[in-house]
Amino acid sequence: MVKLKNDERIKNYRTNPHDLTNIVWPLLVLAIILLFNLFFTEHFFRIVVRDDHLFGSLIDILNRAAPVMLLAIGMTLVIATAGIDISVGSVTAISGAIAAVLIAKGNAPLFQVIAVPLVVVMILGAWNGLLVSYVGIQPIIATLILLVAGRGIAQLITDGQIIVFENKPFEFIGNGFLFGLPFSITIVTVVLLITGTLARKTALGLFIESVGGNPNASRYSGVNARGIKSLVYIFTAFCAGIAGLIAASNIKAADPNSSGLNIELDAILAVVIGGTSMNGGKFSLLGSIVGAIFIQTLTTTILTRGVPVQVTLVVKALVVFAVCLLQSEAFRRGIQVRLSRRAAA
Amino acid sequence: MKIRFDQKYIPIAATILVSALLYIFSCISFPGFASLQVFVNFFTDNAFLGITAIGMTFVILSGGIDLSVGSVVALTGVLVATLVEKNHLHPLVVIPIALAVGSLLGLIMGSIIHFFNAPPFIVTLGGMFFARGMGQLISLESIPIYHPFFKSFVSIGIPLNKEVVFPAVALIFLAVVIIGLYIAHWTRFGRNVYAIGGNYQSAKLMGIPILGTQLSIYTLSGFCSALAGVVYTMYTSAGYGLAGVGLEMDAIASVVIGGTLLTGGVGFLGGTVIGVLIQGIIQTFIVFQGTLSSWWTRIVIGLLVLLFILLQRFLSSIPLVQKNAAVYFDPRADQASNSSN
Repeated sequence: MVKLKNDERIKNYRTNPHDLTNIVWPLLVLAIILLFNLFFTEHFFRIVVRDDHLFGSLIDILNRAAPVMLLAIGMTLVIATAGIDISVGSVTAISGAIAAVLIAKGNAPLFQVIAVPLVVVMILGAWNGLLVSYVGIQPIIATLILLVAGRGIAQLITDGQIIVFENKPFEFIGNGFLFGLPFSITIVTVVLLITGTLARKTALGLFIESVGGNPNASRYSGVNARGIKSLVYIFTAFCAGIAGLIAASNIKAADPNSSGLNIELDAILAVVIGGTSMNGGKFSLLGSIVGAIFIQTLTTTILTRGVPVQVTLVVKALVVFAVCLLQSEAFRRGIQVRLSRRAAA
Repeated sequence: MKIRFDQKYIPIAATILVSALLYIFSCISFPGFASLQVFVNFFTDNAFLGITAIGMTFVILSGGIDLSVGSVVALTGVLVATLVEKNHLHPLVVIPIALAVGSLLGLIMGSIIHFFNAPPFIVTLGGMFFARGMGQLISLESIPIYHPFFKSFVSIGIPLNKEVVFPAVALIFLAVVIIGLYIAHWTRFGRNVYAIGGNYQSAKLMGIPILGTQLSIYTLSGFCSALAGVVYTMYTSAGYGLAGVGLEMDAIASVVIGGTLLTGGVGFLGGTVIGVLIQGIIQTFIVFQGTLSSWWTRIVIGLLVLLFILLQRFLSSIPLVQKNAAVYFDPRADQASNSSN
């Protein structure tokens, strides 16, 4: 079984070293839902220009998907090392809370409002990384600590209040437009490009995959497995921090209770839809982005069709089950057997 | 995997010690804390959490996880409330239906996990979305229950002395604990759960019925969540689709504080009960204290989880309790290639 798994991994690496065929499946499901909208939802693809800004369902989907896309970028790397980070939602809340307090109480300059939360969340990420790689705790339980305590910390920072603020430069992050597009899309693009370059043009991506595939073997071959693991947790917290800033800036408030609640699950779902295996060892950044866009398209489709919002959850559940089936060896083999039988007959 | 007798009991001993220290500290700080009523309330107020945590313990002992419990609590609560108040069915008809729905959901999730070799985390995440969505589809508003059966059920209980009554809700919790302890430690099924969680490959080679055990585990967890939903409905006299948000994490925290290893195979059901009581003590302490804000509960629980994990980590680094840090999501994955570090 192990041998087969490794062979498959090597084969995968040879045939698609750069995410190309990996994202066929997620792109296909995205295409299906977009096609559905093309025929059944009016004006879905219409994009209008107003005050030099682009408006339309598609732009709205990208804008709203920005936080999940950011989290999914970080989560992809964590899952690639056979880990998981369920604390990102709480980290999002903490980052927003710090920014809001800095603006509302201290009237801090913009640089501080952005830098301080990001530095703090990277320390939190380092804490997760420390527990996972040096203390050797399973990732889900190590990050559970911050998931449980983090929301408490966010409430502690804002003193349990929802902090409303006004700060024009900071509001630009979540509401501004650049090149006619919402600024959040620019942020996601920049983070994706930098991550993609580092992961695919340097050895870093290979190290991450090797740590996820076989930590012992990678350590014996000279990869600093612990360092790599710590790094991905710091990076995912950094992504969550940016997402928190966008969320707080977007609503001009920090809500420690509900900001980023359950967003970690959406991020993990996006990564899994994107074709990254939860066993680690290989990853697809573009797939995760497509996954995040798919989740948001689903939500927006359901909303614009006037179906009760609650249906979104049920549909999401069906998507999860479908993904489980598609990614399951047993299911695929069953289909193959059936197809070959039909071909024989 | 050789476990020396005394070593095995250290985590649970630590759990008991912490709970005792917390309780004594609280009693010294606030004279009213030591009353029998407060003690009984630990069981009443945390009955639904405790029942889900019992089911969760079995899942975690087998090396899996169940994220759907909070949503199933909400779904069964709404279901019971709707059928009783809107469709005017008798609770004695409705409650078995609710329990069956929860068990069926667990069975379906267990089947997907087993037959398609899918990671429990993702499958139960789907179950979580599904149950939450269905619950909210039935009703977005909280549905109050006025049926006399519920009223009378809530008021009955065993009188402990002139004032204090041990209520039915807490009795259900205790019954689940006792049945759970019996199943975990004195039945073949319980042994199989430990075996699968301890080493999946060995369990399979030993001829342990993997299929039946895995399906039973998730069905059991679904049943416990549904029962917790019924208890929660009795406790609050209402069914609400947004109930139990984040309950799954509280349940997992209880299991961890109770000394069960998340990799499976090691732990005690009794520890989980104490883990639940510890959370109850902290909450009650904060209520008694008055000036501390409620978010300290979360921070303290987070710290306790950390404490217990570090303790377990320390113990397992002494090579007596050592076990492969198997991949948490997929017990079937080859352990050697995935053990961390």
